[in-house]
Amino acid sequence: MKSIIENINKAFENKVRLGIMSILMVNDSVDFSTFKELLGVTDGNLASHIKSLEKSEYVTYTKTFENRKPKTTYYATEKGKKAFKLHIQAIEKLLK
Amino acid sequence: MSKQKYIQDLKEIKDLMNKSSKFISLSGWSGISIGIVALTASFIAKYLVDFKLAVYSKTVDMQKLLVDLTMELTITAAITLVVSLVLGFIFTYNKSKRLGQEIWSSQTKVLLINLFIPLAVGGMLCILLLLKGIYVLIAPLTLVFYGLALINASKYTLSEIRGLGILNCVLGLIGVQFVGYGLLLWAIGFGVLHIIYGILMKLKHQ
Repeated sequence: MKSIIENINKAFENKVRLGIMSILMVNDSVDFSTFKELLGVTDGNLASHIKSLEKSEYVTYTKTFENRKPKTTYYATEKGKKAFKLHIQAIEKLLK
Repeated sequence: MSKQKYIQDLKEIKDLMNKSSKFISLSGWSGISIGIVALTASFIAKYLVDFKLAVYSKTVDMQKLLVDLTMELTITAAITLVVSLVLGFIFTYNKSKRLGQEIWSSQTKVLLINLFIPLAVGGMLCILLLLKGIYVLIAPLTLVFYGLALINASKYTLSEIRGLGILNCVLGLIGVQFVGYGLLLWAIGFGVLHIIYGILMKLKHQ
């Protein structure tokens, strides 16, 4: 029982962070505005949650230029995907 | 309390995964309307063929009759295609607005690309057959390629589309074997199946 609770990841307790990871699990890369649209959150709110996922090394990004405007594209890291899968497994076990 | 929260979390994860990677706004009405258009077109085609053969075959020479008939059937097919696309688009556009999913998103593009690759190959093949005068294979082959296109696109939209694709492929193959039933099978595939799947989708995703 203890190990199950250990796998419940604090980083994914928050709805926005959980949402960001869910989207990145099924899409190779996602840009900022797509996140905003899908999650329905403000710029500042979204940015701070992405930052926190970056800090945990679950999410990484590349910056490119599109029509001279900077565009940031986000990816889930291998570490992030693994952590998310463990989190889901832990939830599923908990619910059984 | 926390159990309830995790159940809610799982549901949201699933919704977001679907919404972000698949085009879920496909409307049941699109299927129903396309089916009705296809059935109407089948009746017109049947009428054209029967009427021409019965009335004119004795008076006009066979060559001219075939050229006229091919022309009229091709025009019927082209109109059917355009009307189907327009109706299919309108209902799906309305549904995407209702669901709040953007119509021209990356999911739509992936869906359309995967739908149109087999469809374009099949379309070109049918045009080549038309030019070579091999008419009997055209109706069944449109079913086969449409079915393959649906199977290919089904990964990016509602999963029921896969079944519709497989059934169309089967009907097409039957049509190649029994060439005389090409039009009937076409009416079943594009007409009846679209209507049935449209109703099923409406019931399931309402």
